[in-house]
Parts: sequence; structure tokens; C-alpha cells
Amino acid sequence: MTPNRIVVGAHYGWRDWLVQRVTAVMMGLYTILVLGLLLWFGGLDFAAWKATFGNEAFRIATFVFMVALFWHAWVGVRNILMDYVKPAVVRLALQVLVIGALVGYAGWTIQVLWGGR
Amino acid sequence: MAAVDRPVLKPRPVYLNLFAIRMPFPSVVSFLHRVSGALLFVIGIPLLLYTVQRSLASPEAWVQMRAAFDTPFAKLVAVVLAWAFIHHLFAGIRHLLLDVHIGVELAGARRSAALAFVLAILVTIAIAVRLW
Repeated sequence: MTPNRIVVGAHYGWRDWLVQRVTAVMMGLYTILVLGLLLWFGGLDFAAWKATFGNEAFRIATFVFMVALFWHAWVGVRNILMDYVKPAVVRLALQVLVIGALVGYAGWTIQVLWGGR
Repeated sequence: MAAVDRPVLKPRPVYLNLFAIRMPFPSVVSFLHRVSGALLFVIGIPLLLYTVQRSLASPEAWVQMRAAFDTPFAKLVAVVLAWAFIHHLFAGIRHLLLDVHIGVELAGARRSAALAFVLAILVTIAIAVRLW
């Protein structure tokens, strides 16, 4: 019996599919956490804001959220570029630009979270 | 190794011409998922990092950020990004439900697409009203 369909390609599609969903759920949980904190504090003033980011557990949760966000953004933006940008040179250039931006944002995130100490 | 054993390969990747595709409502919502995701990437991430960084700098910087938020342009940007986030979230939850085979029939899929679209707009309006 021959298979109906012979799978060709690099096989990263299913992994990206899974990454997109796992990171989405992680970001959803963080969103619930932040909404919960906002309700808990009943709005935001500088002291509460500063105290929230002074908490190491919150900083780590925020970092995990941001990494999930960057990975999620990479999968999504790459899909968009693959679908609409036909010239390979332009597509590659844009993909490199996106990766560069995301790595830079990761550095910026660390600076925001831990740079003040 | 006869060449006839090889399956005929379709040209890949496939490029989508948006102007040649008929879009029923669920695909409009799906397309807006992409648009909102792109907005969040291009404007949302850098603006989020900048805002959090500035607002944590000092009590004065916090007051400045709040004041900057009070201009009509900043409010417009905030509302657009709020819509992008909420639409992306709701359409994303819908995708996760479809993944576990909830609402995969045509009628249900149409209804959930409309629900995600309308709910996102309603929540965005509520936020806009609060901002103004």
C-alpha cells in the first residue's frame, strides 16, 4: 500500500504550529495575572507599579512572557512574509531584519527588568 | 531509481494573492488576526518596552507618561493597539478551541468568528470610552 501523500520539506511546520500554541497559552496566563494585579491594586499608581516590578518572581514571569512573545512574533511574522513577499532576496532581508529586531528587544527587555540595579 | 516513482511536486511555498481570494467572514476574522498580529509586532512591542521603561524610571517620569497618554493622538494609538491585542486574543482563543475540535462545523465556525469579531469591538469601545 502506498501512502496517499508523501510529506516533503524541512518538517519545521508542525513544530512552529505547536510553538505558536504553547507560547499563546503562556501569554494568556500572564495576561490573566496582570489583569488580576490591576484589579487587586484597584488601578495603578507609581508606588504600586514600582513595587510590582521590584518583585523578582514578577520580573521572571514578565521575562518568560516576553520571550514567549518574541518567539510567537517570529513564527507569525515569518508566516506572513512567506505568504506575501515573493522575491526571495526581499523576504530574506525582511526576515533578517525581524530576527535582529527581536534579539534587540530581548536585550532591551533585560535592561528594563534588571538594568536598574 | 525511476523518475516516475517520484510524486509530482507542487511549487512551494505557495504565494497568496489577496485580491484573487473570495473571503467569507471567518477568513476576514483570520486575516484581521494577521493584521492585528503585525500591528502588535511593528508598533506594540517597541511601544510597550518604551512605556514600561520610562514609567519605571522615576515618579516624575511616571507623571510625564500619564500626561503623554492624555493627547488625542496617543489615545488613538492606544485604542488601535488595544483592539489589535483583544482581537488577536479572542481570535487566538477561537483557534485553540478549533484545534481541540470545538466548533469545527461550518455554522459553528461562522458564529464563533462573528462572536470573536464583535466581542473585540465591544471591549475596544469600552476601553475607548474609559480613555476619553
